[in-house]
Amino acid sequence: MTEAITTYLDQQQLPLPFCPGCGHASILKALDRALVKLQLKPENVVLVTDIGCVGLSDKFFITQAFHGLHGRSITYASGLALAQPSKNIIVLIGDGGIGIGGHHLINAARRNMNLSVLVFNNFNYGMTGGEHSVTTPAGGLTATTLVGQIEQPMDICATAAVNGGSFIARTTSFDNDLSEVISEAITHPGFSLVDIWELCTSYYAVKNKFGKKTIEETLERLSLETGILQKNEVKSFYTSYMEKASAVQKAASTHDHRIEISHASQLEQAVKISLAGAAGEKIISAARAFGQGAVRSGLYVSQRDDYPVTVKTGHSLAEVILSPSPIKYTGKRIPDVLIILFKEGLQKVAGLLPALTSEQCVYLNAELGEINTAARVRLLNFQHSGALHRRKEAYAVMALAAVLNEEDWYPVEAYQAALLSRKRFAKQYTAALDAAKRVLEPTNG
Amino acid sequence: MRELMNGAEAISRAALDCGCDFFAGYPITPATPILLTMVRELPIRGGIAVQAEDEIAAIGMCIGAVVGGRRAMTATSGPGISLYSENLGLAIMGEVPLVIIDCQRMGPATGAATTTAQGDIQFLRWGTSGGYPLIVLAPPDVEGCYHTTVEAFALAERFRTPVIVATDKETVSTYATIECETLKPNMAVQRPILPADVPYRIFDPQHLDNVLPLASMDTHILRFNTSSHDPEGYLSKDPDRLSELNEHLESKLLHHREEVERYSYQPENDASTLLISYGIAAGSMQAAASQARKQGTVVSTLTLITLWPVPEDILESAMAEVSTVVVIEMNNGQYAREIERLSRGRHEVLSVTSKNGLLIQPEAILQSGGVL
Repeated sequence: MTEAITTYLDQQQLPLPFCPGCGHASILKALDRALVKLQLKPENVVLVTDIGCVGLSDKFFITQAFHGLHGRSITYASGLALAQPSKNIIVLIGDGGIGIGGHHLINAARRNMNLSVLVFNNFNYGMTGGEHSVTTPAGGLTATTLVGQIEQPMDICATAAVNGGSFIARTTSFDNDLSEVISEAITHPGFSLVDIWELCTSYYAVKNKFGKKTIEETLERLSLETGILQKNEVKSFYTSYMEKASAVQKAASTHDHRIEISHASQLEQAVKISLAGAAGEKIISAARAFGQGAVRSGLYVSQRDDYPVTVKTGHSLAEVILSPSPIKYTGKRIPDVLIILFKEGLQKVAGLLPALTSEQCVYLNAELGEINTAARVRLLNFQHSGALHRRKEAYAVMALAAVLNEEDWYPVEAYQAALLSRKRFAKQYTAALDAAKRVLEPTNG
Repeated sequence: MRELMNGAEAISRAALDCGCDFFAGYPITPATPILLTMVRELPIRGGIAVQAEDEIAAIGMCIGAVVGGRRAMTATSGPGISLYSENLGLAIMGEVPLVIIDCQRMGPATGAATTTAQGDIQFLRWGTSGGYPLIVLAPPDVEGCYHTTVEAFALAERFRTPVIVATDKETVSTYATIECETLKPNMAVQRPILPADVPYRIFDPQHLDNVLPLASMDTHILRFNTSSHDPEGYLSKDPDRLSELNEHLESKLLHHREEVERYSYQPENDASTLLISYGIAAGSMQAAASQARKQGTVVSTLTLITLWPVPEDILESAMAEVSTVVVIEMNNGQYAREIERLSRGRHEVLSVTSKNGLLIQPEAILQSGGVL
């Protein structure tokens, strides 16, 4: 049997560096007593600190130490808690750190991250000269509140508690049961917070004649309780995550996107096809299957999608390049073939139309009226598609199949195969491919 | 077998193939698809993917997880890199192997969120206080996204440093045709671990450019310290200790520059012009070079994959062969500054840039004055 550990303080590093009477020393001694009581292996305890006088604390312990950036200790602790779920992750943070990193406190509480936060709350920034912090009481004199704090103090416990923190306690450094509360926080599975009120004997206590008694009066004036304020049994983030991990696989419905070359293409030169439609009308997925059909036919494909940040309104544009050789550059501006299906798409590509010449061809939904362009124009008449005329989300597949029938870049059977591999929509696609044979108006003369 | 794939998917697959088992990110266009893939793929592999409350927490969680023994990656775009800045410094100081994907979009500030650009290139190198080095790699295309991410994991472990993969909106979101069998890691990503019987030390004052193995929390008491520290991790302000630490952080990379240099160089005999580019702009450069050839002019091309540390060996030797250098990039001429520095006035250095979000037209390169 190994000998009991009688202290976790590192005798070689002592004495503690704090000002005479500073509450930090008594809190660290209480933490030491808590660790002695729990007899945790030093390698299983990680003290995570950030900036401020409290940030000096970790080196005085024989445990693991992580000393990071101001206010971010809870984020490092969260990563550690997920990577080392069996270790005890203890954050030692000041009221300054809570101010700058309050967002992390709220979210660690909400997630129920398996870590303990001990707040060394002395109502000001001791390390930088006694500036006010988020917990400075109203009226408090500090280096930056020359005639008294006009802001209301943050209630750290209430903030963490209302956001679901599963263990919440408030104590003072003078309380006899401080080490008991700390050890209970450490052993609590999930998030725990102990807000420990104490004195900064260089600044706040001096300027405000603040002592043990004033702390008690302030607590009373603000109607704040001490002791363990909230204790709930809630699964930690890590436990819940691991329990749900296998269910993710079912929910994700990933499938194999690999494509076997099954057809052949006679395409000799790269061709760029732009499909201009409207959001929500399956433009991008129709184009993706069109590209997959080309890959099935041995072609190289690139597809660039463009839509507004709002996603479900406005235009939807798919720019597809088919090439017999690998595509190194996708920036060609002018498409060889431009398919315009809806007015949102027409508006999006309107600027391109004057740049087109008889080299290019526009396939235009006849319902959009006349366009002004020097390009050859072919009309797509979806009235000929029968029942699908009213199904605007089928236009993209019909248009691409009709154009493919006409241009013969690769066999339409390959497009069909790519579409029908999406079994959920197979019936719909079969109807669209059939109707595609009827929608292209013959050329005039 | 082939596959239509975008850069975001290629990056995610590379990470999974490298054994990445921790990801934390915050949704941001155009990096979100990487977060979505990791959220989907990591749980079933025993890994963890977290959507953090902000980018600061995302990189902070990754750093904590790496110190706890995980292999981590995060992904963001310019506004997120701004928020990563302080923790990039911490990762440099704490020697944390970490892969960071920057899917660049047009700035400044929120900029044009769905528009491509390469405007973070100098910021990635100099955006932390102190200015100590890290590694930045730029994949030229979708397939490059896979291989560069693998390299990033390998270099992060080799040098215990953050490695940034600087890609862009166009590359991560545009689909390309990929030969499936090419997507295999072409190197093993190894993490040396400090043996249990070797005392904990972060660096070796006798060999400052050496990188010592990471220590495990299962075998050692770690002292991770973002403040200036001695080899054992204790705070130190002794000028000699400060000098050792900072020399170590710099020389571990700069003395091994040759291990980090990645590029693709296509020299042409008799070419008097060298085109230099990286990332998405390298495609424009290749298109320009082949158009120039059709018009009877040959130029040499150099696609840089390593941007930081500056791959000075290949740049010096490639530039020694020519009188004109054209630097092609989708920003306000950021990397051209490095080329001008290395040229020391010996070349005509021309800069072809773009600020409108459209890929650089090959014609703009041909008309830059350096090619035809």
